[in-house]
Amino acid sequence: MTEAIISFDKVNKWYGNNFHVLRDIDLAVAPGERIVVCGPSGSGKSTLIRCINRLEEHQQGRLIVDGTELSDDVKAIERVRKEVGMVFQQFNLFPHLTVLENLTLAPMWVGKTPKKEAEERAMVQLNRVRIAEQAGKYPLQLSGGQQQRVAIARALCLTPKIMLFDEPTSALDPEMIKEVLDVMIELAEGGITMICVTHEMGFAKAVANRVIFMDQGQIVEENEPHEFFNNPKNERTKDFLSKILGH
Amino acid sequence: MTSNFQPIAARPAPVRIEGVGPWVRTNLFGNWASSLTTLALLGLVAWWLPGFLRWAFVDAVFVPKAALCQAARETGGACWGVVAEKYRLIIFGRYPYAQQWRPAVATVAMVALLVVSCIRVFWRPWLALLWAAVLAFFFALMLGGFAGLEAVTTDRWGGLPLTVMVATLSIVLAFPLAVLVALGRRSHMPAIKTICVIYVELIRGVPLISVLFMASFMFPLFMPPGMSIDVLIRVLVGITLFSAAYMAEIVRGGLQAIPKGQQEAADTLGLSYWQAQRKVVLPQALALVVPGIMNNFIAIFKDTSLITIVSLYELTGSMGLALDSDSDWRPFKLTAYLFITAIYFIFCFSMSRYSLWIESQLSRSKNR
Repeated sequence: MTEAIISFDKVNKWYGNNFHVLRDIDLAVAPGERIVVCGPSGSGKSTLIRCINRLEEHQQGRLIVDGTELSDDVKAIERVRKEVGMVFQQFNLFPHLTVLENLTLAPMWVGKTPKKEAEERAMVQLNRVRIAEQAGKYPLQLSGGQQQRVAIARALCLTPKIMLFDEPTSALDPEMIKEVLDVMIELAEGGITMICVTHEMGFAKAVANRVIFMDQGQIVEENEPHEFFNNPKNERTKDFLSKILGH
Repeated sequence: MTSNFQPIAARPAPVRIEGVGPWVRTNLFGNWASSLTTLALLGLVAWWLPGFLRWAFVDAVFVPKAALCQAARETGGACWGVVAEKYRLIIFGRYPYAQQWRPAVATVAMVALLVVSCIRVFWRPWLALLWAAVLAFFFALMLGGFAGLEAVTTDRWGGLPLTVMVATLSIVLAFPLAVLVALGRRSHMPAIKTICVIYVELIRGVPLISVLFMASFMFPLFMPPGMSIDVLIRVLVGITLFSAAYMAEIVRGGLQAIPKGQQEAADTLGLSYWQAQRKVVLPQALALVVPGIMNNFIAIFKDTSLITIVSLYELTGSMGLALDSDSDWRPFKLTAYLFITAIYFIFCFSMSRYSLWIESQLSRSKNR
């Protein structure tokens, strides 16, 4: 296996003094790997990926992203965030800015890209997620699916090596889930490293190299999708799969 | 069995609901209770209006003749003559009479600057330079002492120029301070947070009058001998610190209404703390609290009338000064009060309308 782009080494995290949310996490992600993380709510899967770009800080163990170890060092956090894009369940678009301004904000202010160039690149990304005609609108004028595609385009504008998805389709109407998943599948085919917290098992089967099942802050089971779905090893995994695939 | 979707063509509303007639019918005479209220209020106006018109216009005296005003008092008419007689003293206070063109020009420049600052097309970097230039012009013209202009110390300043200048500077200085304090109260750094909390709680715990007294009388006691700061500046600092504490809490309310996800999205995109505040959090937070902030601006404008107690005779103070010392005109203070009330109202009402315009501008992104 090539050098890991993300590596968790016995990572532990607590909320407050008593809630042990991540327990001895060991995980190595290879460049270009596409990982789906699933598990019941409260199992720590969102916290896991939020540690990768330091939206949450871990208290024990080592976490290395693209060669940089995450710590209190602000410069290290800055370096990591440059390489890691993130898409949230609630989109988190900036409602006071137009779609185009949402996309050019970070390139112009963080990357110091001239406005014209930033806008051209933003239009490329908007075309990629098939929403270029909405560039002048405000986020709240768009449907949920459109907003989430804008959020994906916004993250891509910084040309990250790694994309994190935190339940990207959970806040969407059923009719809109597909348009977002289609964009994510295309993205996966482009070879970017992806970690996706989702319960869209069809997506997992279609694009994941590896599926990780978490419960109570631990990685219970991980496997390639075919084996994971057809031949789960752990009782807890079987129980979970029977609940989400059972209907 | 299958059926095809049959669209129904749009039809106009059966009863007209737009226009003056329908508006009156639905809003003023919608049911018997509202009809009754409308009639009662109309009756009240009809009963009160003729008397008011007679007092304000028919029996009123408009010429500056004290004897005529005395006579009008018997018949129940207003004495607008007091304004005609004293308006220069009321508006310019104790500023030397022959030099009063200077505060007039300075105030017009200041008000013009405020109007220009309110218009979107002028929101350009050079506006800051214009502010510096107009403020310098204002103080130079008011102080004089050069190019043949008689020097006038700040204790002779008064009336509307003082009100407008103190209100403008307090607002312009208090607002950024308030934003910084509001951000500071939410800071993760304990020292900064504590300082901001202490500042806000300390200032909110005392009345403005005592802040002004401290600025005016107590502060000089702590200064090294031989050093003195103009009382006008001390009072300006006092009002600014006072208003900023209140405004900081309003701004903090706005900051708390912004979802955590906005900050997280900004962090994820690599924006620094100040970039995130300036580009993402503050524009949204301030948009939410425009009514509260404008409330505060208006309060500051009127609170300037309190600086009279430390012998800075702004509009209200100079009106008192103009009438109290003149026994011929003192009885007509009420009419003079109405005059300065009108001046205050024009300024405050303009601010209030401007705030509505700002709100409509900011709501664009929320309109679907």
